[in-house]
Amino acid sequence: MSDSISKETVVKVSRLARLSLTPEQAEKMTSQLAGMLDHFRDIDALDLSDVEPMTQPYPLKNVMREDVEAKSLDRQEVLDQAPAAESGRFRVPPTIGFDV
Amino acid sequence: MSDNTTLPNGWQLVVGLEVHVELATKTKMFSASTNRFGDEPNTNIDPVTLGLPGALPVLNKHAVELAMRIGLALNCKVQPCTFHRKNYFYPDLPKAYQITQYDHPLNVDGFLMLPGDVRIGVERAHLEEDTGKSTHFGGSSGRIHGSDYSLLDYNRAGVPLVEIVSRPDIRTSEQARQYVAELRAILLAVGASDAKMEEGSMRCDVNVSVHKAGTPFGTRCEIKNVNSIRSVGRAIDYEARRQVDLIESGGTVRQETRHWDDATGRTETLRTKEDADDYRYFLEPDLVPLVPEQSWIDQVRAALPVLPAARRNALAELCGVDKDGESAFVVVERGQDEYVREVVSCGGDPRRSVIYVQQAFAEQGPTPKVPARDLAALTILERDAKVTSTQAKTLLTDLIEAGGGDVVAMAAKRGFEALDTGALEAMVDAAIAAEPGAWQKYCAGEEKALGALVGAIMKSSKGKADGKAVTAILQSKRTK
Amino acid sequence: MQKLVEIVAGVTSGSTTATAVVDEHLARIKAREGEIHAFNLVTADQARKDAAKIDEDVKAGKAVGALAGVPIALKDNMCTRGVETTCSSKILQGWKPPYDATVVTKLRNAGAVIVGKTNLDEFAMGSSTENSAFGPTKNPLDISRVPGGSSGGSAAAVSAGFAAASLGSDTGGSIRQPAALCGVVGVKPTYGTVSRYGLVAFASSLDQIGPFTSDVRDAATLLEVISGHDPMDSTSIPQPAASLVSVLDHGVKGMRIGRVTDLPEGCEPDVLARLEAAFDAMRNAGATIVDVKLPSLQYCLTAYYLIAPAEASSNLARYDGVRYGNRVDAADLNAMYAATRESGFGEEVKRRIMLGTYALSAGYFDAYYGKALKVRRLISDDFARAYKDVDAILTPTSPSTAFKFGSKTDNPLAMYLCDVFTIPTNLAGHPAMSVPFGVGTDSMPVGIQVLATTMGEQTMFKVAAELERAS
Repeated sequence: MSDSISKETVVKVSRLARLSLTPEQAEKMTSQLAGMLDHFRDIDALDLSDVEPMTQPYPLKNVMREDVEAKSLDRQEVLDQAPAAESGRFRVPPTIGFDV
Repeated sequence: MSDNTTLPNGWQLVVGLEVHVELATKTKMFSASTNRFGDEPNTNIDPVTLGLPGALPVLNKHAVELAMRIGLALNCKVQPCTFHRKNYFYPDLPKAYQITQYDHPLNVDGFLMLPGDVRIGVERAHLEEDTGKSTHFGGSSGRIHGSDYSLLDYNRAGVPLVEIVSRPDIRTSEQARQYVAELRAILLAVGASDAKMEEGSMRCDVNVSVHKAGTPFGTRCEIKNVNSIRSVGRAIDYEARRQVDLIESGGTVRQETRHWDDATGRTETLRTKEDADDYRYFLEPDLVPLVPEQSWIDQVRAALPVLPAARRNALAELCGVDKDGESAFVVVERGQDEYVREVVSCGGDPRRSVIYVQQAFAEQGPTPKVPARDLAALTILERDAKVTSTQAKTLLTDLIEAGGGDVVAMAAKRGFEALDTGALEAMVDAAIAAEPGAWQKYCAGEEKALGALVGAIMKSSKGKADGKAVTAILQSKRTK
Repeated sequence: MQKLVEIVAGVTSGSTTATAVVDEHLARIKAREGEIHAFNLVTADQARKDAAKIDEDVKAGKAVGALAGVPIALKDNMCTRGVETTCSSKILQGWKPPYDATVVTKLRNAGAVIVGKTNLDEFAMGSSTENSAFGPTKNPLDISRVPGGSSGGSAAAVSAGFAAASLGSDTGGSIRQPAALCGVVGVKPTYGTVSRYGLVAFASSLDQIGPFTSDVRDAATLLEVISGHDPMDSTSIPQPAASLVSVLDHGVKGMRIGRVTDLPEGCEPDVLARLEAAFDAMRNAGATIVDVKLPSLQYCLTAYYLIAPAEASSNLARYDGVRYGNRVDAADLNAMYAATRESGFGEEVKRRIMLGTYALSAGYFDAYYGKALKVRRLISDDFARAYKDVDAILTPTSPSTAFKFGSKTDNPLAMYLCDVFTIPTNLAGHPAMSVPFGVGTDSMPVGIQVLATTMGEQTMFKVAAELERAS
């Protein structure tokens, strides 16, 4: 675990998260995150090699449902809440620079 | 079609296939919206499908059952499994993550057999959900680059998928096509999917690399937009050649995703983002582990139908044809092997039974109208040389048109009767006497002369002479 | 101010009407809401209509539900069909869900009258409601102080008498801490006992919905109504809701109550004094006090502030301006995403998304998120060991009474420390509730937290009821 987080990493992470940060914001974010991560170093003191990760608070398994159709949401009600819609579909700007 | 040997200078091909299959369930993987192709856009939607705030996934039991059928049909081990989130941003991905399976998938370590007893490993077949569909507008090519906007339909978002990942055991483009075809046949046989590549319910991504024997596998490229079995072969052939040419001219193959353009017959780089996507997989906290009980697995296995390969093997054994040959493939694909079995059990000549069905029953479907015993009778007539093969073909057409009938009577009505060997011998002697020149030429080794003799005999017999039998008699007379 | 159970009794017997009750509450809202800002939206017209319908049904002799006529406020991160649900964020401002959360359906079926959607820290991230994009909520007992968070509005609504009860959500203490700061009862039930379907997700493996009420009996009544298996939530426990009201008078005689000897530091002395008084009360009522150790407690904050932001970073990725919410247009998609999320999210939300994205990213997963999940196992094991020796545990709910506005906003870590006593139960999935128990030296209320093991709600409520009797 690193002592701090670099501004470079912060910028990279911000791209992954689709958050655009101004240089000042990136600066501030870097120092705040670094401070937190320093604090979180306390768990480095623990020997966790034999510990199973806990992902579920309550041990359920095999929760499934039958293959029975339910009524669709009303398309108009949904599209009325959309930022942009056309011909019964949601409209977005073009996807330049993307993989399919 | 092409094989290994079309790559020059000792280059060898390595191919792995990732096939995504839409499951034939009534509802989506994690919600109860209808799973149906072709409906009006955004008419099969719900909070989960749209990734609305507060929506939660619930697993479709029937999707699990169909996925298990696939895994078992591919000889996989079915195991306890979990679901993960694969995080990335794209408008057709409503939650900005796809629920999939990562380190503990449902089915692992299977295989699929190709003709010639070639075994292709199946690494895994796991559950995941499909994305919505985006259509791009504007721009000159209608493709992604340079378009003005996109419209999104989420009907397909959340449709259950099984992703079947092969091991990189495929060595020729022919094998790749066979793999896809066989996989498709299996999917149809177990009722897991309608597997229509043209509708997108079965999609292939092809991974291609080249190397020289004794060296490690080369860098592979993933090819998308391969929309038919034929394209699978063409794309592999093109890409393999492209990579060889690139390497031989001093370049290196870059690990990337490429787009197959069927019209131009080329693969092209898809423009990639600056940063490769980090999917940040983590266990899906809104779902719980899936631990199929052994009794369920056993039940699914027991209910599996006989798979196409096994059916071809059985048919081949019954009828004395090649299990990897066309008649076995075609007849099983049409589902007519049961029918052939019936014909044989009515006394039909096994080999003739399967060949008749292969050649004439294309339109008939799995339950041909012609009663099995009638077809059996016809095969016997030909086997016993009561009719010539030409006459048998005609009677076959009659049978199909009439939907059955008494073949003996039908033959008599047509005035068909094959001449017996004695009569044939006499006709041959007469022809030799009538065409001494042709006979001398034939005896001297001119094979072409045979045709003239046989033709003359057929004409004078008004079709009652069986051409093959006549030829055989002439051949044996020559050697005497 | 009326209790929930009194209202139901009055409305069903005819001694009062739902209309009269809702009018009374709406009048209080009118008088002080301008000052308090507990609500993002007051749904007065619909509330009156709903109340009128209840009265009609009562008059006609029809059956009415277990919450007939009760004015209830809902934290604005629960989906209400056709009614704006914003999570106190600009990115969802104006959004009207096309569906109801399961708890909302249950409330409606029980005859509750929903009076409005309450203010919260944006996307439930915070401990003071200062992170709301629409302005903070004030503590009704002292408007220079915070009501706590993230469910500050729901806590204030009950404290100020705007609603007889309210629902909040608790991921790291977001019900219990504001309950303590506002002097009301707040319950976080066992994870999986109340459906999360329709609760806008913050951290999926930690979030739970729970009640705010003015007393323990009301909390038990309301919790019974909203609990129970929901087939729309895969993490919903299959068992039916426990009966809670029936055990409230059982007392604590013979029970073993745990005192945590390695409690994290930073608790104000006056709060600790109230905790001691709580133990005294338990002893007087016939319980034994047993020391327990929870060695992993000190690491819980770290584990929580890695797990919760990680899950949140994924849960909040859907706010991309494509299908709903507010969009900032741009020439291409990536630019649209970035501009939309930049302007739509507040600072704390962005900070947690960044932290969570980092904790999950390639190369850092094992060091951060992976380790945090193991710490989670440790605290769960610690509790399991402790509950062999005790039936319930008491701790302070919050290290201090309600603090002044702006006093913790400069340093995010200082704010995070507010949750140091509440976070462990979220990590373990256990139930816990805050019961008002006296005041601090500043005359502001102090809440004592009652903890029990998984599905230990009956034990928890017995202890809570006893505490309340002694308070």
